[in-house]
Amino acid sequence: MSNEETTRSGVSRQGEPIIKCEEVHKWYGNFHVLRGINMNVQKGEVVVIFGPSGSGKSTFIRCINRLEEHQKGRIIVDGIELSHDVRNIAAIRKEVGMVFQQFNLFPHLTVMQNITLGPIYVRKWDKKKAEEIAMQLLERVGIPEQAHKYPGQLSGGQQQRVAIARALAMQPKIMLFDEPTSALDPEMIKEVLEVMEELAESGMTMLVVTHEMGFARAVADTMYFFDQGQIVETGTPEDIFLNPQEDRTKLFLSQILQH
Amino acid sequence: MTTLTPTKDILPPPTERITILGWMKKNLFGSIGDTILTIVAGSFLIWLIYAIGNWIFNTAQWAAVTDNLQLYMKGQYPGSEDWRLWLLLFLLGLLVGLSWGIFLKRAEAVGWVLLIIPIVLAIWLFTLGRQSWMYFLFVDALAIVGYFLGKRYPKKLARPTYILILLYMPLVILVVRGFSEDGFMKLVPTNLWGGLLLSLLLAIFGIVFSFPFGVLLALGRQSKLPALKTISVVYIEVIRGVPLITLLFMGQLMLPFFLPAGITIDRVIRATVAIIMFAAAYMAENVRGGLQSIPKGQYEAADALGLSGFQKMIFIVLPQALRAVIPVLVGQFIGLFKDTSLVALVGLLDLLGIARGILANPNYIGRQLEVFAFIALIYWVFSYGMSYGSRRLEIALGVGER
Repeated sequence: MSNEETTRSGVSRQGEPIIKCEEVHKWYGNFHVLRGINMNVQKGEVVVIFGPSGSGKSTFIRCINRLEEHQKGRIIVDGIELSHDVRNIAAIRKEVGMVFQQFNLFPHLTVMQNITLGPIYVRKWDKKKAEEIAMQLLERVGIPEQAHKYPGQLSGGQQQRVAIARALAMQPKIMLFDEPTSALDPEMIKEVLEVMEELAESGMTMLVVTHEMGFARAVADTMYFFDQGQIVETGTPEDIFLNPQEDRTKLFLSQILQH
Repeated sequence: MTTLTPTKDILPPPTERITILGWMKKNLFGSIGDTILTIVAGSFLIWLIYAIGNWIFNTAQWAAVTDNLQLYMKGQYPGSEDWRLWLLLFLLGLLVGLSWGIFLKRAEAVGWVLLIIPIVLAIWLFTLGRQSWMYFLFVDALAIVGYFLGKRYPKKLARPTYILILLYMPLVILVVRGFSEDGFMKLVPTNLWGGLLLSLLLAIFGIVFSFPFGVLLALGRQSKLPALKTISVVYIEVIRGVPLITLLFMGQLMLPFFLPAGITIDRVIRATVAIIMFAAAYMAENVRGGLQSIPKGQYEAADALGLSGFQKMIFIVLPQALRAVIPVLVGQFIGLFKDTSLVALVGLLDLLGIARGILANPNYIGRQLEVFAFIALIYWVFSYGMSYGSRRLEIALGVGER
């Protein structure tokens, strides 16, 4: 565990974290899926969460925007505590964007409509402003010419980039990524990772669940290894890759870095 | 290692020249078995067509139909007020033409096909010596005028057309019913409404109102609020458990017992409410099927964006759910239109009611086949029209593509 005062990207480890998780527990029925997760994420920090299937990684980040409910412990996002209070949840969801493994684009709307839906109806911006921002984002992710197509007409990589643009259009403070490249063909993984790396370098706070170790090595500030609902080990990419402490971490890394 | 030579040019697929004789030879007379089947089926078909044609033109006595066309079409609606019904038909023709011109990018063959129906009716009425053939041609003329107007001034006419379409149904009620004591726009009490006019009114109001009601019930059934969920479930299961005729009977016969003395509710309204309540329960289950067919990820993406429950339903869930169940819904509507014939059993003179009334007339004893064949044809025309319209709607919405 690094004791540096700033991360590799210059993010200060002092100061109030933008995400605070204290002793978070969650059960699915009798199954104890999250067993006391403690995590602090600073503004601008890029966090990569990795680990075997079923370790609770996706469940954990889905708790951050209340797509899942935690039963014990506290989660505080941007100073707002996640509770049953609907207003808190709504406020948090405005500031937290999410990119899903299955993209989840709205198939009956064009790319432009997908991206501007949130800004117009949740942020209450007018259509013109929303469309301008949408076009800027489409340029940023590299597909401005697709603006008026339907998701079904795009490739997987293009769809995921639209999904990223859609989340960014809300100008969130935090971006959650739930295995964003796991459903993509190898040729398309690169184009999506490039967008995510650019986003990381621009200073966005990101929580990324992924198996893409190359991405982690390139831009992650902190990595967390999850196994069976607990954080087994954490550290900078150098710590994790060059000097893993726990046996479970070593075992998992040896499997995943094989190919 | 062998090198692979790339194939030469990209070739078009081999084409078969299809001639009619060739097709017949292959499909109808391909083998002995096929040939025998063709001869047997063909003979049967020819005999059938001859038998039916013979019945239609020679044996059948169509007086029961042709003498009473007015009754079939509008029941006992007073002849002096016919002009109001024609006016509504003219307006309909105009609106259909306008919508075609404004909203459809190119002249769809469908539109022109629709024009045939009034022409066919006009020809038939002409042979019967009725004046009304002119009016049907006028409906077509208005539709054509509307079409060209719509194509010429789409931007200017779009808004008024929308408004007129939305107002059409209330306008129909207002015009059919009337309001004044006497003279212009005289009040026509609902017991005089009948025939196809009544059937269409019942069906259209049933369809238009049961749809949103059904959607609300389906959403209520999905709701997490226990009260809403219970009410929806109980309503759906109770109503689905009884035949429509029992609801109609209850509406017509039992309701007066529950109402305070002196207050009566119009019988047509009672029937309409029963039909709406009945259809809504079935609509709700169909919509629920559609709601369940949407991947959970859609709900999650909407939540992650921060859309409220209402926004999520309107923008994301319902458009996809409804699109998925259009074939089922239209099937529901077609069934509903034909179910309106049940009101004949509670004393309302819709198309079926009129038919039975006419058959009770001593002049037309024994003409069941002619009369029922005629009203079956009418039901069929409208049902097939809805079915065809739904297929076009599905194509336009891209159902089954994405």
